[in-house]
Amino acid sequence: MTDYNTMEMMIIAAARNLEDGATVGVGTGAPCAASMLAQKTHAPKLVIMFEAGGISPLLPTMPISVGDSRTFYKGVMASGMCDIMETAQRGMVDYTFLGGAQIDMYGNLNSTVIGDWHRPKVRFPGSGGANDFASFCWRIMVITPQDRKRFVEKVSFITTPGYLDGPGARERAGLPAHTGPYKVITNMAILGYDEKTRRMRVESIHQGYTIEQVQENCGFPLLKAQQIIKTPLPTKDELEILRNQVDPNRYIIGR
Amino acid sequence: MFEVVAQGEGPLFRDPDADKAREFFRHKKRSLVNKVTSVKEAVDLFVHDEDYLSIGGLGTNRIPTAVCHEIVRQKKKNLIIAGHTSTHDFQILAAGEVFNRCDIAYIIGLEARGLSPNAWRYMESGKVQCCEWTNYSLALRFKAAAMGISFLPGRSVMGTDTFKHSAAKVVQCPYTGQLYCLFPALWPDVSAIHVHEADIYGNARLKGITVADLELARASKHLIVTCERLIRNEEIRNDPSSTAIPYYLVDAVCEVPYGSYPGNMPYEYFSDEEHLKLWMEMEKNPEKFKKFLDQYIYGTKDFNEYLELCGGIQRLNELRAQEHLIELNGKE
Repeated sequence: MTDYNTMEMMIIAAARNLEDGATVGVGTGAPCAASMLAQKTHAPKLVIMFEAGGISPLLPTMPISVGDSRTFYKGVMASGMCDIMETAQRGMVDYTFLGGAQIDMYGNLNSTVIGDWHRPKVRFPGSGGANDFASFCWRIMVITPQDRKRFVEKVSFITTPGYLDGPGARERAGLPAHTGPYKVITNMAILGYDEKTRRMRVESIHQGYTIEQVQENCGFPLLKAQQIIKTPLPTKDELEILRNQVDPNRYIIGR
Repeated sequence: MFEVVAQGEGPLFRDPDADKAREFFRHKKRSLVNKVTSVKEAVDLFVHDEDYLSIGGLGTNRIPTAVCHEIVRQKKKNLIIAGHTSTHDFQILAAGEVFNRCDIAYIIGLEARGLSPNAWRYMESGKVQCCEWTNYSLALRFKAAAMGISFLPGRSVMGTDTFKHSAAKVVQCPYTGQLYCLFPALWPDVSAIHVHEADIYGNARLKGITVADLELARASKHLIVTCERLIRNEEIRNDPSSTAIPYYLVDAVCEVPYGSYPGNMPYEYFSDEEHLKLWMEMEKNPEKFKKFLDQYIYGTKDFNEYLELCGGIQRLNELRAQEHLIELNGKE
């Protein structure tokens, strides 16, 4: 078998969840690498959108910023923020791919503060476009390494909506119907959400990890899917394309 | 008319009254006059202590760096700023501690590059009063202002703590009963936008993504445009469909070649990642950072001197090659 690191595993698992022809709103970093990898493997017609206005670029290299010139390189349009977000609000963006400092069992994300908002222990950047994308896009995917500091019972601050406090809460709050968290891809597993309770559940475990380890590295009880599968190993092709074409400078996979 | 179902408790830094804004714009000059000036004079004339300031572009892309430097150099105080799509611009303004209130969509970070240690310290110091928003909701606030109306509805922000600490309100749609979040119009006192080309009157063109600059230009009470190069008015008139910003929105035009440095300028030059790293490195140590600012900002008289300190034409040529995906060092 081929050797790979956890970041490579996460990006490859994430890429496999994007189907050809879908539209995806992405940020920089791992989400962007996953989208690029999907585009260069099974999903050549994947439409990548950046919140600052880039539409469907043929990414020559990994963008450093959601607004740098790579984000609309050979794209179909160089548009603007309102147009992208309104395309999503209209219902035309299938996925968004996000990160976050903290996530809870309903997929709510915190990227604003740790501690009390008025006198925060730690201040983070804030929503950026994450709250908007997560409100508008049909399915929210999150890529983040897993530990008890990140996967918490209750986030200090809901920056970006997951299922809020459970079934029906998004709709009650006024968010567009039938939207919400879909997958969380970690270094250990692929997590999804239970349809009834909207709580996070284990669906697939990466090779080399056990369900006990997945639970130990999570600050709340995880539900289990009826059938938990083993995540297929990264293929030689996936690894080669990721290393040679997507991230040759190892900006992301070298982390 | 609308019943308010929920409202955020964050501060509203500026009055969203559309009639008051109309009264201002009624008297804004529309005459076709030469507005070319230096960045120093533009900042001196149009940026005042206590003003609401917004910066165009996106953080390290097509930003008016020279204006940010000059605001710091002139030691402006107590500004209110829009932390909208801000990264290196925010880093510069935080270095000068020129603001004490901030509408936040994204601050402190430089995206994949990490967080600015100094901006981080400043935001955790308790010196800055904050209100939370998102990229789209702040863009909508500019859009409402540009439209001359006092709010616009949107479907994000609701249900979150971001809403709780914003100044947005939730109402029910009188047609469908669905809930909508209302975002109040925001007319900045002054904004600065960097573009590719402008004529002496302020008619301006830009290439690539517009981010939120079309809305911002129309929302701002005063607008400083910096450009890579001045062009003749005839060129504008030969191709009016390329104009992004018409002259009557603009108060000052400054020709600043490489004006987005160390940021990226699409189709011109890429961002200087080495120099951005240097900022982050220097910021780790407040003493070192003070010296760095003395040398690079307070000690330079204008942006040209800054560019010289950063490697001048030779470095800029490398960044031009990088933008155009040209390999300078051998290989093929």
